Amino acid sequence: IQMGLAENQLCFDMVEQWMNNNPSASICTSQGARGFKDIAIFQDYHGLPEFRNAVAKFMGKVRGERVKFNPDRIVMAGGATGAHETVAFCLADPGDAFLIPTPYYPGFDRDLRWRTGVQLVPIECQSSNNFKLRIEDLESAYDMAKLNNVRVKGLLLTNPSNPLGTILDGNTLRSIVSFTNDNNIHLICDEIYSATVFDKPDYVSVAEVVDEYLNNANDDGEGDDGNSNGPRPTLNLDLIHIVYSLSKDMGFPGFRVGIIYSYNDVVVSCARKMSSFGLVSTQTQHLIGSMLSDDDFVDEFIAANRRRLAERHRAFTGGLAEVGIRCLKTSNAGLFVWMDLRRLLKEQSVEAETALWRVIINEVKLNVSPGSSFHCSEPGWFRVC
Amino acid sequence: IQMGLAENQLCFDLVENWVKNNPASSICTPEGSSGFKDIAIFQDYHGLPQFRNAVANFMAKVRGDRVKFDPDRIVMAGGATGAHETLAFCVANPGEALLVPTPYYPGFDRDLRWRTGIQLVPIECKSSNKFKLTIEDLEAAYETAKLNNIKVKGLLLTNPSNPLGTILDGETLRSVVAFTNSKSIHLICDEIYSATVFDGDAAEYVSIAEIVDEDRNSNVAPNRLNLDLIHLVYSLSKDMGFPGFRVGIIYSYNDVVVGCARKMSSFGLVSAQTQHLLGSMLADDDFVGEFIAANRRRLSERHRRFTAGLERVGIRCLRSGNAAGLFVWMDLRRMMKEQSVEAETALWKVIIDEVKLNVSPGTSFHCSEPGWFRVC
Repeated sequence: IQMGLAENQLCFDMVEQWMNNNPSASICTSQGARGFKDIAIFQDYHGLPEFRNAVAKFMGKVRGERVKFNPDRIVMAGGATGAHETVAFCLADPGDAFLIPTPYYPGFDRDLRWRTGVQLVPIECQSSNNFKLRIEDLESAYDMAKLNNVRVKGLLLTNPSNPLGTILDGNTLRSIVSFTNDNNIHLICDEIYSATVFDKPDYVSVAEVVDEYLNNANDDGEGDDGNSNGPRPTLNLDLIHIVYSLSKDMGFPGFRVGIIYSYNDVVVSCARKMSSFGLVSTQTQHLIGSMLSDDDFVDEFIAANRRRLAERHRAFTGGLAEVGIRCLKTSNAGLFVWMDLRRLLKEQSVEAETALWRVIINEVKLNVSPGSSFHCSEPGWFRVC
Repeated sequence: IQMGLAENQLCFDLVENWVKNNPASSICTPEGSSGFKDIAIFQDYHGLPQFRNAVANFMAKVRGDRVKFDPDRIVMAGGATGAHETLAFCVANPGEALLVPTPYYPGFDRDLRWRTGIQLVPIECKSSNKFKLTIEDLEAAYETAKLNNIKVKGLLLTNPSNPLGTILDGETLRSVVAFTNSKSIHLICDEIYSATVFDGDAAEYVSIAEIVDEDRNSNVAPNRLNLDLIHLVYSLSKDMGFPGFRVGIIYSYNDVVVGCARKMSSFGLVSAQTQHLLGSMLADDDFVGEFIAANRRRLSERHRRFTAGLERVGIRCLRSGNAAGLFVWMDLRRMMKEQSVEAETALWKVIIDEVKLNVSPGTSFHCSEPGWFRVC
């Protein structure tokens, strides 16, 4: 049984119904075929305006409309895969490095490094604090890299996390932003799982941290108590970038809708030119542009997605708990659980984890992903989708 | 008036008709939407089998069924743009070079060089022999590069040519292949305009695939060619007029390149929605046969009227046996104050600002002789 692929198949009933009711979203229906030619010949790397508008709107709604996204900063890429590679090309030279907390999505090793020549420097997170990134660990990883003459260009966060399924609380996120800002390095936030947050605590996107800053910058510097808050630090927005995709939140990995959203105008422009290497098919832009501008559908989808994810998570973790298997208790997002099988290992080693993994694959016949494939510093954890 | 974009809008009536009659080819119609989920979640970089089969089928039919293409060698890319970049990544290292005959498509400067770090070494072709690539020029460019310590990794041909609209005759193509084979350098053939060969006998177009086939079937000197050096770039942007769909194809006879390019295709896969539509459309032999024939007929008609009109006012275009492409290569050398790039640019500005036609000046294609313009 395949439990190694993080797919979201929960809301296709709603999508199919929407499609049946909106035939002009397709260029192949009798209602939409008139538009076939214009869509088929459109190759402008800015993308269809309705597509960009719809994606910006969707991203805003996923964040409870706490922020707005500017459609002119929406840049296409060949899936999140292409988005990550393009951002790496834009921000770093061969030999430069990005810091990345472990455990992390194994695809990053290839997507960020292969053709770019960029390195990844892991920041090891520990189960003792639920694998949460600590500023101390971030700082020491950064200092260590510097000591080793590794030129760190940025930090890559995946929030919500794959494989942990956890989110960063607002204060930690703000501290991280301060750190990258103070050290003048880029912050790339992969928010591909943003719509899969199904439980409290509330999700805080880096876009909200940016917005807070921009709104406070307009204040006169006085706090609620009427006293001055002192000089506000300047946030260099040119260092902040978001990677997004519809592969996880909507369950459309086949449509290759990768998005780069940067607050840096030069990066937007460079990424947009590079998007020529992986534009979204206009047939798909047209469909998505239509679907995601339907507010009723989007609201319904986001809510149902959360509800069904919560239900599935509860049922699954409940079942595991019944047989004494624990999962990371702080997980409230994602399409998977981070399962703790350390007690089942012969010894606390990678070899023992691999041996246990083989048993699960060959004898229990479940395809799950072993923690070491995510560069987890502690053996015995498994991601189960 | 826009005459600077090489677009093919001639056969959309046929396409729209087909689409209306084949609702199951869409995942959005009532007939097709039950397949929506499976298509939306399909992200295998091998691509949908029906898509690969259909593209292989189409490519063969464009070549009059003189060759067959193996669907397992069909690799996706983000348009021909992505295909060229991926191939460059696969066959060359930063600093290494590809030879390219001039005039050539300006996009190559970015697509092949930007993120790959490779160089392009031009082989200057002359109007005196209709800009046809000669083996002497090819050899000279190769030797000069070597003298300059430039490591040449391959030769990039666009056949049919953009911007010339000419095709390479079989004999020249075989000589070119013999040359690259003897030097053990790669040969990349961009055949993006293969279905736009409209003049003379369309069967006279010789694809690199036919040369490969000849070699495989040869009894006299079997397998003289190292097929690991031969690669095709293709796309549906020009032949079908679907640039928006981003259907880039790499077809390589080298298994390692196929393996590598396929992994790299993750950075620019074709949307499964589009794979599904085209997998259906291009598997319809009747439609494909009709499309290819109509495309040729209409291109021929348009070309004839346009060049005749130009001739009436004394403007000549490059004529060289078979014609192809979505443009003409117009000779305005007589209209220039002097034979210089500056004069060409001045003439171009007049055409843009006063005649209000957007055409492309030859220098943007690295043409060695000023005064030529590509008009779509």
